[in-house]
Amino acid sequence: MSDTHAQTVAFVRETEIPPSPPPASEAGVIKWLRENLFSSIANSILTILGLIAVYYIVVGLGPWLANSIWQSDSLAECREILDGANGACFAVIRERWNQLLFGFRYPVDEYWRPALAFVLLFVAILPVLFSHLPRKLLIGTALYPFLAFWLIWGGSVLIPIVALLGFVVGAVAYSMISARSFVGAIAAAVIAAAATWWAGGLLLRIGADFLALRAVPSRDLGGFMLNMILGTVCVSLSLPIGIVLALGRQSNLPIIKVLCVIFIEFVRGVPLITLLFVASVILAYFFPPESNLDLVLRVIIMITMFASAYIAEVIRGGLAALPRGQYEAADSLGLDYAQSMRLIILPQALKISIPGIVNVAVGLFKDTTLVAIISMYDLVGLIRGPILASTDWNGVYWELWSFAALLFFVICYGISQYSQWLERKLATDHR
Amino acid sequence: MNKSVFLGALTVVGMAAGVASAATLDDVKSRGTLNCGVSTGLVGFAAPNTSGEWEGFDVDLCRAVAAAVLGDPTAVEFVPTTPKTRFTALSSGEVDMLARNTTWTFSRDNDLKLEFTGINYYDGQGFMVPTELGVSSAKDLDGATVCIQTGTTTELNLADYFRANNISYEPVPIETNAEAQQQYLAGACDVYTTDASGLAATRATFENPDDHVLLPEIISKEPLGPLVRHGDNEWGDVIRWTLNALISAEELGVTSANVGEIGESSNNPEIKRLLGTEGELGAMLGLDPNWAQQAITAGGNYGEIFEKNIGENTPIGLSRGLNAQWTDGGLLYSPPFR
Repeated sequence: MSDTHAQTVAFVRETEIPPSPPPASEAGVIKWLRENLFSSIANSILTILGLIAVYYIVVGLGPWLANSIWQSDSLAECREILDGANGACFAVIRERWNQLLFGFRYPVDEYWRPALAFVLLFVAILPVLFSHLPRKLLIGTALYPFLAFWLIWGGSVLIPIVALLGFVVGAVAYSMISARSFVGAIAAAVIAAAATWWAGGLLLRIGADFLALRAVPSRDLGGFMLNMILGTVCVSLSLPIGIVLALGRQSNLPIIKVLCVIFIEFVRGVPLITLLFVASVILAYFFPPESNLDLVLRVIIMITMFASAYIAEVIRGGLAALPRGQYEAADSLGLDYAQSMRLIILPQALKISIPGIVNVAVGLFKDTTLVAIISMYDLVGLIRGPILASTDWNGVYWELWSFAALLFFVICYGISQYSQWLERKLATDHR
Repeated sequence: MNKSVFLGALTVVGMAAGVASAATLDDVKSRGTLNCGVSTGLVGFAAPNTSGEWEGFDVDLCRAVAAAVLGDPTAVEFVPTTPKTRFTALSSGEVDMLARNTTWTFSRDNDLKLEFTGINYYDGQGFMVPTELGVSSAKDLDGATVCIQTGTTTELNLADYFRANNISYEPVPIETNAEAQQQYLAGACDVYTTDASGLAATRATFENPDDHVLLPEIISKEPLGPLVRHGDNEWGDVIRWTLNALISAEELGVTSANVGEIGESSNNPEIKRLLGTEGELGAMLGLDPNWAQQAITAGGNYGEIFEKNIGENTPIGLSRGLNAQWTDGGLLYSPPFR
């Protein structure tokens, strides 16, 4: 049977036919173009419009950047060199970069101090951002604020040391009594810290020049450095305060709850610019003229209040999103309030809140430019005021504002990328 | 109970503030620096230079006062103020004086309880339009969009002028002069209006100044001058007479170059009184006998300050006009030093 069969079939293909190449219109660049750019009439129109837009941007920006001038003493000189051609006058940034970064009053030979503080900021913040780094590095993070204060403001090294000692003594006093009474421990910590600071104040009078850097008063700070200081300090302070406020708002204790609600609703109901005006002009009426509270400190307090109210609401959203079972599970394990919050509730609630918190942080960082309105010379204030009002550079806009935009973009884009990475890392759900 | 405690505290604060502000001259002397409120940045009048030193027409007045009171023109703490924060800064005691191209008006003097101590620049509000608009008079501006700085007298003058001439306009509110320039050049408004000095300075920085024209109408009087708080006449007198000393110095031919020796060599008794080589004028103000000499050494007499910062040889290029001495047909007229 099989023989018959073998003879009746003249040809048996033993290998598969090699696939023929796809038609030209379905391969390579052409396919990609068809699928991505010209898949329908509407898309084709949009593609062409987009190409036209790109063309105009390149034609407009190209010569402007290509002809840019970096060596000149004034806008008039720039225009002379350009002789009617279209070109950027980046000489203004070359001449005033130090003012844009540090403000025009920060002593020039001390620029290394804020620069060093800026570099150390990343060292200090790394163990907070990346939890797989050794936990011991967090000690450096805790020391950083005091070191940065000393570097930027100068003065005797004793000032930050005394401030740090106060916190350490307070923490020790707290840990000694906290097993017996929470309220008692808090009180003991406050008293111990205050006593340390008072004693340190006496010490400071004697050793005012001990290892002193040249002191720089707050009003001499400016430029992007001021934005960075305000942004970093306010974000890092407002996060813990916001968590406390959010928990307080959910509290069963009526007084705490009402206080938190009033604070949050009041601060959220007032524009930031109003708070800043209060900080800069109204408070001056209430203090005697000579005992002025530092303006930067006043502004930091106001922006922190503002940001913590918003962060509190973001975190409250995270708390509300947790199923009730999580709270009950924590209770049924016999955990007390602090433990259940620390171990069960907050880790989940904060994870949900990350996009919102980052949103607030980025917004807050950009809002620090509002201090220009109360005549502080942050980056925007410097451009709007001194630089554009100098006889040399009056009339330079695009170059300066692009530089400012670039600085802000770098920081904000970095924050946003980090938060996306963190969200991916913490994702435990099944998608 | 609580309320009375609160009110009591307020009273104490008020009294402390009152006491502190009563003797500004003593405060300044004991502090060793003068807190002078200036603009956050106005071309030719106040702006920090590349090395961070404040320069300008208003700034030099602050320096002259510091030199007269403290003997050191650099003993000035410049406090930048915006049009909105300037009066609060002065009233709250944050600054000792304002030298911030501020117009002397009735209500600012009486209602805001401020004391103008003279006029260092006679200005007036004008209009700038692009030449291509073909407008030759402000009365042709019916329906125009106008860039205007908020919180200034120019804003009110503009409303008055258009109402009086029964024509309409659309205001485009802006915050600073630099912003106004940008808006105007970008075509956000047809007209830019502010003090004529500011318009001239702005126009001078344009790429093509000839494409823009200042209209002939000057619609207001803008006497700009330094000011202090009400109720401290001794301090007000110090500022007033420092300014007068600068003006008189120009009239009498005292310059920063010859101020050192002219007090001795001159036969003119008024120069001798002014520079303290004769008479007791300094003591009457509570200052050193050579106070005026110090003030003039700081930046020169009025004419020198004008030429250095905003005069015809600077990019701003303002002519003296109304701000010439009365002997040259201007309005500067210092009372005699006697």
